[in-house]
Amino acid sequence: MIRPMVLLCSFLAAAGAFAADQGSVKVEPTTLQGPRQLAKQTEAAVVRDYLDAWQTLGAALNQNQVDLLNQDFAGLARERFAATIADQARLGLRSHYQERSHDIKIIFYSPEGLSIQLVDDITYDVQLLDHDRLLASQLVRARYVAVLTPTEVRWKVRVLQAEQK
Amino acid sequence: MRGPHACILALMISSALVVANGQSGDLNLPKNVVAGAAFSIPTAGSGKAVLYIAGPAQVLKRDAQLGQPVEFAAGDLDNAGHYVAVLSSNSSTQTGEFDVAPASQPASLSFLARPSRIPVNLQNGITAAVYVFDSYQNLITSPTPVSFQLSVASAPAQTRTVVANQGAAWTGMNSATKEGNAKFVAQAGGISAVRVVQQVPGDPCGLKMSARKVSDKLNLETDPLRDCGGNAVTDGTIVTFTESWSGGQTTVDVPVKHGIAQAEVPAYIGALISVATGVVMGNEIRWEGHE
Repeated sequence: MIRPMVLLCSFLAAAGAFAADQGSVKVEPTTLQGPRQLAKQTEAAVVRDYLDAWQTLGAALNQNQVDLLNQDFAGLARERFAATIADQARLGLRSHYQERSHDIKIIFYSPEGLSIQLVDDITYDVQLLDHDRLLASQLVRARYVAVLTPTEVRWKVRVLQAEQK
Repeated sequence: MRGPHACILALMISSALVVANGQSGDLNLPKNVVAGAAFSIPTAGSGKAVLYIAGPAQVLKRDAQLGQPVEFAAGDLDNAGHYVAVLSSNSSTQTGEFDVAPASQPASLSFLARPSRIPVNLQNGITAAVYVFDSYQNLITSPTPVSFQLSVASAPAQTRTVVANQGAAWTGMNSATKEGNAKFVAQAGGISAVRVVQQVPGDPCGLKMSARKVSDKLNLETDPLRDCGGNAVTDGTIVTFTESWSGGQTTVDVPVKHGIAQAEVPAYIGALISVATGVVMGNEIRWEGHE
């Protein structure tokens, strides 16, 4: 049991080009559908802003603060997560997300350059609290699909949705 | 402490946390839940409990009577995603995870066609990107055929069908050889979205001018400006006449009006006069004092 864990951890430690509160981050080589080339700077900005969005989402869901979403989310994603936060606040709930690892692959850059889509095999811990009483802690492995669009200064997440692996 | 040791420690602490929280079993959760559809979660035992369904996309809290299923009506859980379920009673806590899939029937398309105005006869000059959503605004990530049709009044329609990958599809289309508005339709599962692309004449083809002396001036005038497909160049297109002589140079920029461009320049004997628009050069005239 220990050996596979050591191997896993070695891989995670080695793979993390980004390593902060997001846990380890691995960015897979890009294989795009679509005619538009993805510049390295754009790729780096998208990954950075996407990871920031997860941090923001975690903080917003933990503090039940809708306004935190404004920096990194727009459109459908912002509306959806804002509704979740409103429901959490109404029900006396909070959820604490702690990312352990991301495995990100950019899969689509739209021809006009106004949207980028990526998939992320993510592992995170989620703790659910009811009136600050810890109900459960769960290790989750999921695949998320995200669509980001550029704004004045950063890429914002418009769609962030887990799909069946 | 970094690397493998820290990671192992984190995993062990996490495992210990789960045990310490008294989670005593897994919930029997449905394998396939479709966004917006009714479903139920069975429970075992007796007494009262509370069932929590939590994910970033939605959160629900329901009172439960153990031994009886907890029913969720259509529309209760309508956001696709990954959810953690927690059934909490005085004596135990059961947990589980499940996925909610988008409905397979498209209900709306996010359709972006670019550019909105394009010269005629450009290969793959018009591009389109589509994202496919269900009736609850979930991105339909299963493969979904999307058809694109670009039609103009004067030519057969161009049609392409693309299978959306992870909810996204794109295509490129040629602009027509004749000017006019093109109707660009994206369609998936009976849902369509329409955009209009204005196709305008391209650069002039065979720019030609003539010169005529009027008193002490030269009246320069182009032939009617047309692109290579025979479309009249749009009025307002700038044409530049340049006259060079031994003492200097005169440049006149004029817009095309009623299909032609006209300008007056001084009639210097021996002057060389040229005409251009954009990157297109026209003919040259050497003014020798007569036409």
